[in-house]
Amino acid sequence: MDIESVSKEHSYLRIKKKFPTVWCSGCGIGAVMAAIIRSVDELQINKNNVALVSGIGCSSRIPIYVDFNTLHTTHGRAIPFATGIKMVRPDMKVIVVSGDGDALAIGGNHFIHACRRNIDITFVLINNHIYGMTGGQASPTTPQGKISHTTPYGSIDPPFDAVEIASAAGASYVARASNYHIVQASKYITKALDHRGMSVVEVVSNCPTLFGRLNKMKSPVDQLKWQKDFAIPMAKWEKMTREERSQAKIEGHFAIGEFVTDMSRPEYTDLYEQLKQKIREEGNNGK
Amino acid sequence: MPNEKPKGTPAFMQGNEACVDAAIAAGCRFFAGYPITPSTEVAEGCAEKLPLVGGSFIQMEDEIASIAAIIGGSLAGAKSMTATSGPGFSLMQENLGFAYMTEVPIVIVNVMRGGPSTGLPTRLSQSDVMQARFGTHGDYTAIAFAPSSVQDIYDLTIHAFNCAETYHTPVVLLLDEMLGHMREKLYISDESEIVIKGRNYPEVPPEFFKPFAITPNMISEFVPFGEGYRYNVTGLTHDEEGFPTGKSNEIAAKLRKLRKKIHIHRKDIMRWDEEFMEDARYVVVSYGTAARAASSAVRRARSEGIRVGLLNLKTLWPFPGYRINQIAESVKGMIVAELNMGQMIREVDRYVMGKCKVEGVLRYDGDALEPWEIYEKITELRSKVRGK
Repeated sequence: MDIESVSKEHSYLRIKKKFPTVWCSGCGIGAVMAAIIRSVDELQINKNNVALVSGIGCSSRIPIYVDFNTLHTTHGRAIPFATGIKMVRPDMKVIVVSGDGDALAIGGNHFIHACRRNIDITFVLINNHIYGMTGGQASPTTPQGKISHTTPYGSIDPPFDAVEIASAAGASYVARASNYHIVQASKYITKALDHRGMSVVEVVSNCPTLFGRLNKMKSPVDQLKWQKDFAIPMAKWEKMTREERSQAKIEGHFAIGEFVTDMSRPEYTDLYEQLKQKIREEGNNGK
Repeated sequence: MPNEKPKGTPAFMQGNEACVDAAIAAGCRFFAGYPITPSTEVAEGCAEKLPLVGGSFIQMEDEIASIAAIIGGSLAGAKSMTATSGPGFSLMQENLGFAYMTEVPIVIVNVMRGGPSTGLPTRLSQSDVMQARFGTHGDYTAIAFAPSSVQDIYDLTIHAFNCAETYHTPVVLLLDEMLGHMREKLYISDESEIVIKGRNYPEVPPEFFKPFAITPNMISEFVPFGEGYRYNVTGLTHDEEGFPTGKSNEIAAKLRKLRKKIHIHRKDIMRWDEEFMEDARYVVVSYGTAARAASSAVRRARSEGIRVGLLNLKTLWPFPGYRINQIAESVKGMIVAELNMGQMIREVDRYVMGKCKVEGVLRYDGDALEPWEIYEKITELRSKVRGK
């Protein structure tokens, strides 16, 4: 990365206020934060017009470091907070960053309902397969057989597939990449920010301190290699049978690419504005 | 006071409806909620009326999402409200604390029903008054009002918004099933006569803006998201700029600020009604629907020459303890009438400090207190005190 792009990203950071970050060395979250910044910069979105909302967890610390309108909320609830902002200010660019535990366990229902509404929120899910902030417990995306501090003998829980949930629930843009495929992740985040509707970008990420250390991937490089080896490109994924896919998922494989790009679904706040317009013109007849 | 000539246009409406109209008159432009008996008419009213005045309504997936959404909406600049009942109020407690910590103005209406648990969805109680005070975790200083008529609901809803917006804090309005569903006459003031308060917007440019500054009156400046003042909001204990802090002095200063902000303005927040207090030897302390029965009982006792007064609290939190303490100096006994197993009576007792007798008339079977129950308690207490 050249000097110019480093300084460009720095101009979006609260360098003098809250650095260094809480993240461990080798953590994947910082790269995703930089990807979000690059996307905002690429699209020339005014900082004043961006609300960055998060819940609780390692990835939810992102808003503290970035110079937007930032809101660090309660565990799992980033989406409803963001929904409130979007309802009142439909013109604002609302981004939610969330971890796998935050988004899919405690916040799972909010995630589903935001997808159902197709409200214009860009949702970046940083999936490192573990609860990092609390010290390494199993999350809803921990692959079966993997070790965490609450699954010391290997997890028996089948993992969630956030991309499938988002697609089924109605999100109109859904994509997945990983920290290894960070350029691709950047590209998807840019497309998500440019999309009007609920957009979900999952970035499979690395937690060397906990998930890696407990699962025989001691260095961050080992985990990046794991992402490289376990990622299945879209073209190959589409050719696999249903059984092959579910077996691959249980083993920790994940498909990368764009799963949903639906421009036809109306966005929620647009629909509400139309409704307001209509009833005001009709003067609330009959009520 | 009850004998003043009422101002405004007469109207006849349900308590929950009055709450909606008052909220809109107070400037509420965003409501997020989830259906729950007996509060649902508030959500229904907002769904119908808010879009007509340029506001927004959204039905969320649960009560946790509802309060989260109104905090977001308030941060984006809209006066915001939600309405619920006991079980939903329990679910809201975590984010209630979040709004308090992050100093975001919101109004939460709790139309109380019987509890614990699912309890009595269609029957009344006043058993959430302590939950409104201590429900969220951590040291918390609450503002909560308890209206006792549809007129009160209208007036106190506006006052609740004014307090939330002035002090940048959550305010709880405690209605109950009977009050929410009853229809009664009220007078609605002209728009020009309603006092509406707003937030304390900054005079400084963004680079000097401290969203959580500790000021002499403890009220910081507020600016909505998207106005060019990019700042951080976090439920973590934070410094004056809104960034998480671990420094003991900053932690203590923040918590003191939150408490003092309400404490030093308590006289502007508190409202209560007194009847027949001038020469009272006994006083009935009550609030909400129970105060209606208490008023009737006091009038009957007065007609029989018993010198008894009524204190209708209206403001439960901050508790008007100093007034209770003053009254305790001059009376022989206090009766606390409430629809629970004895919640506010403890607070009354705490401020009486043994200066007079304190006894409760408590009902917790889902029915309203009857005036005769309170009347009998008055005569019973009188004979006890006289018998000494």
